[in-house]
Amino acid sequence: MSKIITDVVCPFCGTLCDDLEVTVSDDGKKLIDVSNACAIGAMKFLHSQADDRLTKPRMRNEDGSWRDVSYEEAADFSAKMLANSKKPLMYGWSSTNCEAQSVGSTIGELIGAQMDNTATVCHGTTLIAVQDVGVPSCTLGEVKNRADMIIYWGGNPAHAHPRHMSRYSMYPRGFFTAKGHRGRTLVVVDPRDTDSASIADIHLKVEQGRDYELLSALRVAFRGEVLPDVVAGIPKEKIYEVAEKMKKARFGVIFFGMGVTQTLSKNHNIDIAIQVTRDLNEYTKFSIMPMRGHYNVTGSGEVWGWQFGFPFCVDLSRGFARYNPGESSSNDLLVRGEVDSVFVIGSDPGAHFPFGSVKKMNEIPCVCVDPHITPTTVVADLHVPVAFVGVEVGGCAYRMDSVPIETHKVVDAPEGMITDEEFLNMVLERLQKIKGV
Amino acid sequence: MKKVELTIKQQPELYLETENITPDAFAGKSADEIAALNVYEGNVTHKLGDFFSIAGTPGATAADTQIVVNGNLERVKWIGSRMTAGEVVVESSMDMYAGAFMAGGKLLIKGNAGHFTGLGMTGGELRITGNAGNYLGAAYRGDWRGMQGGVLRVNGNAGSDVGSFMRGGEIIIGGDADVHVGTHQEGGKIVVKGNAKSKVGGQMVKGEIIVFGTIDVMMPGFAHRDNVDLEVDGTKATFKRYEGDLGERHPKSKGAVVYGQLYIKQ
Repeated sequence: MSKIITDVVCPFCGTLCDDLEVTVSDDGKKLIDVSNACAIGAMKFLHSQADDRLTKPRMRNEDGSWRDVSYEEAADFSAKMLANSKKPLMYGWSSTNCEAQSVGSTIGELIGAQMDNTATVCHGTTLIAVQDVGVPSCTLGEVKNRADMIIYWGGNPAHAHPRHMSRYSMYPRGFFTAKGHRGRTLVVVDPRDTDSASIADIHLKVEQGRDYELLSALRVAFRGEVLPDVVAGIPKEKIYEVAEKMKKARFGVIFFGMGVTQTLSKNHNIDIAIQVTRDLNEYTKFSIMPMRGHYNVTGSGEVWGWQFGFPFCVDLSRGFARYNPGESSSNDLLVRGEVDSVFVIGSDPGAHFPFGSVKKMNEIPCVCVDPHITPTTVVADLHVPVAFVGVEVGGCAYRMDSVPIETHKVVDAPEGMITDEEFLNMVLERLQKIKGV
Repeated sequence: MKKVELTIKQQPELYLETENITPDAFAGKSADEIAALNVYEGNVTHKLGDFFSIAGTPGATAADTQIVVNGNLERVKWIGSRMTAGEVVVESSMDMYAGAFMAGGKLLIKGNAGHFTGLGMTGGELRITGNAGNYLGAAYRGDWRGMQGGVLRVNGNAGSDVGSFMRGGEIIIGGDADVHVGTHQEGGKIVVKGNAKSKVGGQMVKGEIIVFGTIDVMMPGFAHRDNVDLEVDGTKATFKRYEGDLGERHPKSKGAVVYGQLYIKQ
């Protein structure tokens, strides 16, 4: 027999859907089916049931093969590695809960670590821009109930955040948006012909790397100044037309993705997009929101924000928090040879960092805490598999609009497996003993 | 002026933070006291004497002190940061934050300087004989005040984000500049003797940018007004004068709107 658990929160992307239904066996040990989730979210739940899943930590032998070790041995190794490092990097944090992030912050402070999360290769540039010029934002609920103009800039939600359009932006019927998508205008700005662009009312095929110029041109157009004939591959008539439509919207929102945060101009793209939003608030109501990737990358920024004052790239080496992406960002630290060990949790830099960084991770001591076998575990000296947050253990996560949502446990973890938080607490206890505090 | 000579005798395993190598920190101290100043490698605090041999004695004041640093300093950060007077000569390329927040005196780097050189400097003279990295004379993260005073001269090329949020002083680049020159600039003057790529003067409020070479892609918010004859750093020439960024806010002075000025040599 089986039972259905409703209102389950999906721990995959920053949309953090909270309407999933999960079918589990009566004893709560087996997860059978997932409904309402997108293909990616469903796979995340079902992957926890994989037969070949690792359930014990494993340590690298001299010859490169693995041997199983206990969680105690794994915690000993991690604590020793961190205590012996002059500048350890503790990276990841985006696919775990805020409770684990909080324990991690305590460890980082104790050992003077470099704390960085996946924003460093994703929306970190957004965070830089927000600090430079502020941000007029809102919640996704407001978008659903009020927005009649949706702009996706440098992102493809149809594939990256599959339920974003149906739950919050384009399709839902809200309090003031009873017509659903028929009452909304969709603008997609992307050099590519994506599936998101194919359903747009207006697709601005911006020249690659010229988003900054196009955003600047919109600001020129708002002020009624003269534009050159073509900006960023878009004729000026089109720019004036879109600028006018933006001014006339009742409530508009710009969602932006890595097409602007990680291409030429980076933080400046977001900086000027925020100023576009601010300019529009002279005429109507406009908001801007990053399409955060990992389900709790926003949470790790929140936790460090309240602990250290900075959301990523936090340098604790001198006993106080410093922050300067470009110096204290993971890839700069790794490629330049500024760190002497790496502790990875809740992320896969092996798959997403440049080769030079991954090579460095292979050279220096590296611990990876992750339920899966990933490209990162390939270069790690110790791999600690843990329970899936949001599937086998609950905990707090922050949605892309900074709304905290409590995730739920739906099924038991395999016998003997512990959580991120429990493992970090074991490492912390050992470090406190080593440091005598 | 009295002279102290430092020579690096041991390379750090990681990188060394040496914000204490300034005339201000050295003035009035004996060689032993200088050797006892802190330097930092990650979370470990070392003594300056562990990494550098020290010869000579400093003056009684910063203004009366010259520091010469010898050896390979490519893994050393923060030399000359926050200095207010005196002179520092770096006889090598060095890493990040040379002369960051410096307020006075002279800093000469005989080689390349890393990123964040002259960050938020308010006065003094900073010269680099080689190339400079990104964020030359820019603002520290989150600060709306970049370089505010002094002169920053680079013989070679500069990286991206030259003079972001600059509010005063002068930056002269002998070679080319990468993207983003004078973004959010609100005062001061930036001279690029070579070519600039793109995003020049984006979100500029006021101040001057002068480019001797070419700009690959102009920002849409700059309008050509007229042509003017100028003498810039000893060179007389005719420049096309643009005003912008027209999409940005601008103050008024005596009833007229003040724009950022962009000059491109004809």
